[in-house]
Amino acid sequence: MEPTELAERGPAEAVPNEVEPDTELVEEELLVEEISIDGMCGVY
Amino acid sequence: MAFDIDRAYRLHDRVALRPEPFGALAYHYGNRRLNFVRAHDLVTVIESLAQHDTVRSAFASAGIDARRWPAFEKALASLAASDFLVVA
Amino acid sequence: MSLSADMKAGLQAPICLTWELTYACNLQCVHCLSSSGRRDPHELTTSEAEAVIDEIQRMKVFYVNIGGGEPTIRPDFWHLVDYCVDHNVGVKFSTNGSRIDAAAARELALSDYVDIQISIDGSDAATNDHVRGEGSFATALRAMDHLADADFGEFKISVVMTRHNIGQLDRFAALADRYGAQLRLTRFRPSGRGADSWHELHPSDPQQRRLYQWLLDRPDVLTGDSFFHLSALGDPLPGLNLCGAGRVVCLIDPVGDVYACPFVLHDDFRAGNVRDTGGFENVWRHSELFAEMREPQSAGACGSCGQFDACQGGCMAAKFFTGIPLDGPDPECVLGHGEELVSAAATAAKPPAGADHSRSAPVKFLGRR
Repeated sequence: MEPTELAERGPAEAVPNEVEPDTELVEEELLVEEISIDGMCGVY
Repeated sequence: MAFDIDRAYRLHDRVALRPEPFGALAYHYGNRRLNFVRAHDLVTVIESLAQHDTVRSAFASAGIDARRWPAFEKALASLAASDFLVVA
Repeated sequence: MSLSADMKAGLQAPICLTWELTYACNLQCVHCLSSSGRRDPHELTTSEAEAVIDEIQRMKVFYVNIGGGEPTIRPDFWHLVDYCVDHNVGVKFSTNGSRIDAAAARELALSDYVDIQISIDGSDAATNDHVRGEGSFATALRAMDHLADADFGEFKISVVMTRHNIGQLDRFAALADRYGAQLRLTRFRPSGRGADSWHELHPSDPQQRRLYQWLLDRPDVLTGDSFFHLSALGDPLPGLNLCGAGRVVCLIDPVGDVYACPFVLHDDFRAGNVRDTGGFENVWRHSELFAEMREPQSAGACGSCGQFDACQGGCMAAKFFTGIPLDGPDPECVLGHGEELVSAAATAAKPPAGADHSRSAPVKFLGRR
């Protein structure tokens, strides 16, 4: 982080926790989902 | 046995994979279970598993971004748990 | 996009394809959804049926649900089942059991690709036969005995829930346990001959609530997702909880007509015919009706109800055949929004009935030995 960024903020202001974008994990997607075929309307 | 990306896996013989707009549908003719596979590159990985000595190399070969490996691993593990993937 | 959205937008092929092989039937169940009885002279021939199976295989439909009428009385039934299996199409068929003798049961036990469902509508002969005809309960049980003797494994017992049998839920479960079978309970809809008896036979509101609670306590009991309108009562029932007609499921009838689902055998829900150029695939992928059904649907009158997400406005077939607009509430809406609409519509003209294949006089069913 640039030292000048910190210097620009007033002492009373809280510095938010900044996470560098490329260290974030991609949000976990549910890529496989099971569906019950018996849970499907269309058979009598 | 826990799913291990350093092992070789393949699609079970009795699983049919059908391409869909969202990825693919997978149906197991043996246990009659049905899974939605919701990413095209995951489908590619699944289809390529038999050609790789490890799941890890299938991921690399398909150019899967490392940040997505956990999600992919979880997906493949759930397929293995319902017998859709077997140790090769 | 959610999984539901993926499904509602339309799939390359149905997941659940119901195929009624014949309108002929040796029973005359009071509430038959397909008004079956007499064979239609224009039923698909054996080669036409084989051509449909070839298409289904090409489309990679995983399995078909075969029914009718009574599919086993079609002379080429066993041939068509074999043809499906030989072409990588699994078969699950629904039957009254009259042709499932010891030999048939043994054949079925040998095949890993064929599943069977026996229909009954009561846990005893009195309740069942009242709706399905004299001797039909005994026949069904005989079929179950043959399957058990042949070590078939887990077959399904399918029951349509009515005012007369809701009190027998535990007994149905016990019967299924006795045979090591899976119990399947489905919703009675005012379709086919069901339209005539719906008002007397459909479960009352307290009965619906009892059924809902019973189903929640027994997630192993199958419902074919037919009670998703009850999910508005609280926790959702297991299943997709949405209408898949034209999106995930559809029906092919004995003369090759393709309908959105088995409960709407009516011109308004007819998407095309497998004999048309392009066959079944063209109907599934390009028919106007299915394209419309795959558009986002309006919640209509139900949009302001807090339960819409849970019940999705209920069953299209139930609404259609009780004269309620399709964007209105289900006639059995658990919040009572459908009730007054049904009473008003009952006196108005009902939609013209779909084709009626009923026999002219009720048949006294004689069970085989």
